[in-house]
Amino acid sequence: MGAAVVRAVDDVTLGIRAGEFVALLGSSGSGKSTLLNLMAGLDRPTSGAIFAHGRNLAGMNSEELAQHRSRTIGIVFQAFNLLPRMTLEENVELPLRLAGTERAERTPRVHEAAERVRLAARLAHRPGELSGGEQQRAALARALVNRPSILLADEPTGNLDSATGDEIMLLLREINESLGMTIVMVTHERPRAERFAHRIVQMKDGKIESDGERP
Amino acid sequence: MKIRDLGELAARNLREALLRNSLTTLGIAVGVASLVAMLSLGVGLQDLANQRLSHSGLFDAIFISPRTNFSAFGRPARTNEVAPSSGAIEPPRPLDEDARAAIERLPNVIEVYPEIRFPTEIQFKGNPYSTVVAGVPMSARSGGAFDAIKGAFFSGPAADETILQIEFARELSAQPDTLLGQEIVLTYAERQPLPPEPAKSGAGGQGTADAGMSPGFSVVPREENLRIVGIVETQPAAGFGGATGRLLIPLQLAEKLRAAQTNDFREILGGTPGKANYQSLTVRVTGPSAVKDVEDAIKGMGYSTFSLLDATDNLRLVFAVFDLLLGIFGSLALVVASLGIINTLVMAILERRREIGVLKALGAADRDIRRLFFVEAGVMGLLGGICGVALGWAIGRAMNFGANVYLHRRSLPATNLSSVPWWLVAAAIAFSVGVSLAAGIYPASRAARLDPVEALRYE
Repeated sequence: MGAAVVRAVDDVTLGIRAGEFVALLGSSGSGKSTLLNLMAGLDRPTSGAIFAHGRNLAGMNSEELAQHRSRTIGIVFQAFNLLPRMTLEENVELPLRLAGTERAERTPRVHEAAERVRLAARLAHRPGELSGGEQQRAALARALVNRPSILLADEPTGNLDSATGDEIMLLLREINESLGMTIVMVTHERPRAERFAHRIVQMKDGKIESDGERP
Repeated sequence: MKIRDLGELAARNLREALLRNSLTTLGIAVGVASLVAMLSLGVGLQDLANQRLSHSGLFDAIFISPRTNFSAFGRPARTNEVAPSSGAIEPPRPLDEDARAAIERLPNVIEVYPEIRFPTEIQFKGNPYSTVVAGVPMSARSGGAFDAIKGAFFSGPAADETILQIEFARELSAQPDTLLGQEIVLTYAERQPLPPEPAKSGAGGQGTADAGMSPGFSVVPREENLRIVGIVETQPAAGFGGATGRLLIPLQLAEKLRAAQTNDFREILGGTPGKANYQSLTVRVTGPSAVKDVEDAIKGMGYSTFSLLDATDNLRLVFAVFDLLLGIFGSLALVVASLGIINTLVMAILERRREIGVLKALGAADRDIRRLFFVEAGVMGLLGGICGVALGWAIGRAMNFGANVYLHRRSLPATNLSSVPWWLVAAAIAFSVGVSLAAGIYPASRAARLDPVEALRYE
């Protein structure tokens, strides 16, 4: 809120191919989350352009950005962000409601997404009754239910212990490989990024420090 | 988002903060209830006043008197000598049987009757009492004055019956109620036409009103037996003439008696020879709306008229202002209630900040969030409106009940003080929803504008 302009992401040029699994790596304040939000259409760049499937997000109005989030993007957060008073089934159904999907189509889609994250047995539970790993899997199902082409994950393992974190990473890799879904993941854990991602983009002070394929 | 989903999400949100939303809805309900109670009181009182006034004989009556030439007041009207310069004014015409018949033929006229009132003496159980007798038209029955009558109204327009004013009844007996059904003897002075002058033929007799009656008359004492059928507490005013008396008899009976009245002497001096003249007539018309036309027609016939039509217009204005004031006071409560809605929804934004962020991240447009908050405000307004109308109706009933208990104790007839017509129900609910939606505008647009990145920032 100060007078000084903070450039969270500055002079970044990054191209991601369909089907890639990219890890945005960097310490906190490096601008990696802001870059992810820009890709999600949750935030707008002051200048520059972001193209997704040939359409410039920077030129979209808020309605079009909402469409982009609804149809093209699926998001998972570090804090899961499940709505606590809804059951898992209702949480996973939420994007379908927002997209105006027909009711008859919703239940099979919810079940399909739940099976993919191996959570079909727990659909009637509320988030509070589940472990952290289960909650993140539910959030993943919610991100997948609209069949997006791009999955954005903001520190998806940040609130999980290492074993559960690996479980989620394996699930992400499986989704990337079996569905061919593009995944962009923000993380500060280099070993995990190196183990699962195809490509690591290292950020520092809002700029890309290095960009390379996994060795 | 589809409307059904919007409704489901809104209902779910309302249920989740059940206590707070119920209290807010209750606030709206109290606001609507106060509005409904106030307006129902206004409507009820207006109905009551209209009903009473239209039956009171004051607002559907026209009082007619002969147009008086003041320079000639008390002297024979010099019909032929009226200044021709005042062309617009017709010469004063006598108010006689012909005029009465002509007025009776006017459209919307129910009846035309003279004021008959004369001092007299009655005999009751051998004792003489002096009093004033007044003729009462049958139409006076529906007026408020006879609502609290003990006994009954006259059985017919010329029945040999009388209704006593309570104070006079007390003079006759310590227990006025015991007078009902007893007989009194009315002693009065009957006018009899003088024998015709020798030059003219025909003799005075029955139905001589239109015959060659001379302007003079003789007075003969007569007696009439009357049965007491009712006792009334108020002094009924039959028209503006104020034909009030302490002993009331049916008007036609009074006319039949041909009792000498105080204005008879003026009639001898100024009237048309051979015709019954009236000092005044009261015209009863079908309703207050007919007063003006009939009044104009009678003025056109050359008589002075007077009615309380202007007073009714003023009365309507008073009620319009009264309703407006009641409505404003009632609305104030609703304004307070709408502040409650704004408060509740603004609180809900703070509380559901993260949820709004999640919804936006999952593809909700600003429009969806705005509608969601609108629907929540509207539902609270609708529920509050329905409960409020019910509550307001109950308050009105309670006011009615209280008022009627009070009226009953004073042995007055029951009335409807408050009235909740359907238009008030519909208007109150619509108003409640409208006010709630208006109250939802600010919170809804604030929620819609919420920055999802800010909202989702991990705490």
